[in-house]
Amino acid sequence: MTAARHVAVVGAGPAGLAAAHAALAAGARVTLIDSAEQPGGQYHRTLPEAYAAERPGELQHGWSAFERRRRQVLAHPRCTWLPETSVWALERPDQDGEGTERPGRLQERPDQARKRSVGAPPRLHLLCGGPVDGSGRTRRTLDADALVLATGAHDRVLPFPGWQLPGVYSAGAAQALAKGERVVVGDRVVVAGSGPFLLPVAASLLEAGSRVREVLEAGTPGTVARGWSGRPWELASQLGKAAELKDCAAALARHRVPYRLGRAVVEARGAGRVEEIVTARLRPDWSVVPGTERTVTVDALCVGHGFSPQLELPVAAGCALRGEQPGRGGTGEFVAVDDEQRTSVPCVFAAGEITGIAGAPAACAEGAVAGWTAAGGAPSVQPLRVLRRSRDQGRAFARRLARAHPVGAGWPGWLRLDTVVCRCEETDYRALCEAFTSAAESAPRVAKLGTRAGLGPCQARICGPTVTELRDRFAGRAADGPAERPADGLPAATPHRRPIAQPIRLGELASPAAALIDDEQHLPEGEQLGDASDQIPSDSKQRPSASDQTRTEDEQTRSRGEPTHIEGEQSHPDSEQESDS
Amino acid sequence: MSPRLVPAGSDSTGRRDRPLRITVDGEPADGIEGQTLAGVLLASGRTAWRTGPSGAGRGVFCGIGVCFDCLVTVNEDRDVRACRRRAVDGDVVRSQSRAHPGRTDPRPGPQPGPDPGPDHGHDPDHGYGHGSGPGHDSRSGARAEGEK
Repeated sequence: MTAARHVAVVGAGPAGLAAAHAALAAGARVTLIDSAEQPGGQYHRTLPEAYAAERPGELQHGWSAFERRRRQVLAHPRCTWLPETSVWALERPDQDGEGTERPGRLQERPDQARKRSVGAPPRLHLLCGGPVDGSGRTRRTLDADALVLATGAHDRVLPFPGWQLPGVYSAGAAQALAKGERVVVGDRVVVAGSGPFLLPVAASLLEAGSRVREVLEAGTPGTVARGWSGRPWELASQLGKAAELKDCAAALARHRVPYRLGRAVVEARGAGRVEEIVTARLRPDWSVVPGTERTVTVDALCVGHGFSPQLELPVAAGCALRGEQPGRGGTGEFVAVDDEQRTSVPCVFAAGEITGIAGAPAACAEGAVAGWTAAGGAPSVQPLRVLRRSRDQGRAFARRLARAHPVGAGWPGWLRLDTVVCRCEETDYRALCEAFTSAAESAPRVAKLGTRAGLGPCQARICGPTVTELRDRFAGRAADGPAERPADGLPAATPHRRPIAQPIRLGELASPAAALIDDEQHLPEGEQLGDASDQIPSDSKQRPSASDQTRTEDEQTRSRGEPTHIEGEQSHPDSEQESDS
Repeated sequence: MSPRLVPAGSDSTGRRDRPLRITVDGEPADGIEGQTLAGVLLASGRTAWRTGPSGAGRGVFCGIGVCFDCLVTVNEDRDVRACRRRAVDGDVVRSQSRAHPGRTDPRPGPQPGPDPGPDHGHDPDHGYGHGSGPGHDSRSGARAEGEK
């Protein structure tokens, strides 16, 4: 009786759900983790159950296939579904050497230590159960045999004067509110930015009864047409995506919403909230054509200039990234994967938008390849060959997207010296220019501390790529700016390095964490674990030992960040104390 | 006009509303079960509720828990992302501020406008551990912060 291979999947969007599905099909035990209450991610963002919607699929593309897959995965006896669960840290098995994360000293049983010693994926540190950002969530650790990261992406929004005004939303926010809870952001809305995602956002707003005044694509007609029209056979393989976009374009036409190419919002104005915007015609490099400015009255503005992959977990795991030069046809950095979706780290796979922005169909194919391979499925089966082909077509689609909607190099021309670049710290363009033009201050960490850009609550999630791009421009070279001082002794600075991947309260950090699934609970293939819906770790099943609970507050404080194990394994904070913990 | 909830009667999804009421800085705000706090706040006519370092208002920006612009205090929990937290009937929501009353801001732009004092229900949200500045919060609600 050998225990089934245990695959942990982080993210339950199209890629993660497909990964879980394929891993289950290959015979693995799967733990599927997502911060939302339901699978679907941003693409299949579903209405809350409390809405008791009769037709929840009404707003969704590909709903029936998704719904079927969701049911199969969640009801599968070998699947543990962890909704409302954040991975707040990843801990690599080798805790020495440069660049390792140290979220907390571990108390390990010998068998656990052995299991983790060779080729094991990083340990997941979880915060389980709601409410979101509450103070009473349960800390758990999870050691799987393989890890599939499918954490997705969020909108990239380039700064422009006034973008921090209330009423300016990311395109994804407008979409999430309309699709996910039926709130529309305004009644006179402009949707602007770059990429095909603007179309479904505008369509959602129209469906919900907003008046969309215009949709502005910054890419000029020539760039967009060249990107989309070449190699038509690549499009043929993405018929689902093409049909979705066609539906959206039809909705725009029905509502007589103009779709203007080569035009951007270069300023938002208003007293306390956005009241009007200034749009302007752009050259192919996105520099403004003087004299083409136009003022438009709005009550909401939705902007998106492509997407930023959520890379903190892959970076924490040590996965190599592949760079694409922003402003040269690419949109930044992504996780490098091989033909089987393996990352550079053993037993760690990546799928979906973190490997390249290619949309939901490609993400599904990538997820399935990743899940199957992570589960140890045979590499030569026919379905896998089909999936690989579909994945390759998806990647071709991604390249096409990047070609058709590159971020033009001239966008910093929209900035004024007092334009906010880092929203959290309100660091303006002037402060960044001053830092980047000074030899002493232009190294990433020095500039960060000097200007505070990227130090605020979002931890550079929003401004990081922008600040990096601006710095590279000032340095007059592409990827490598001034070297870090050797004395730093720290891993190379990257806008994606966030050892604490999600906020955790100090009180939660101070409480001990139990292993989510104990070794003894490994079940042979086919044995029932019970209804998937009650597999969320319950207190009765995995309560920390009595000795943990009766530890004094002082002890708990001293043992901060130290996951302990259940079944009477008591942690000994004093004896195991690390000098630098 | 302001953001609003699609009326249930004209919603193509055929949803059934169960009303709830929260308070926002002492004022009642009505929503329906399943809405996020951000959804309730927006649909009740509020577009800004948090105050940035310069005193400028902030509301929802990214809508998916990435930008942290929409942070509020909910009951006893500070720094809650309103766009991700489901509203619960009776929630007591207070707005937060990062405005530093004594901040010397070399940049142009509005100086702290709203009084961030407790009388106005504002809570300075220094929960992310600023290295300096007044009002540094070291309560248990503070959060761990990543790389500096």
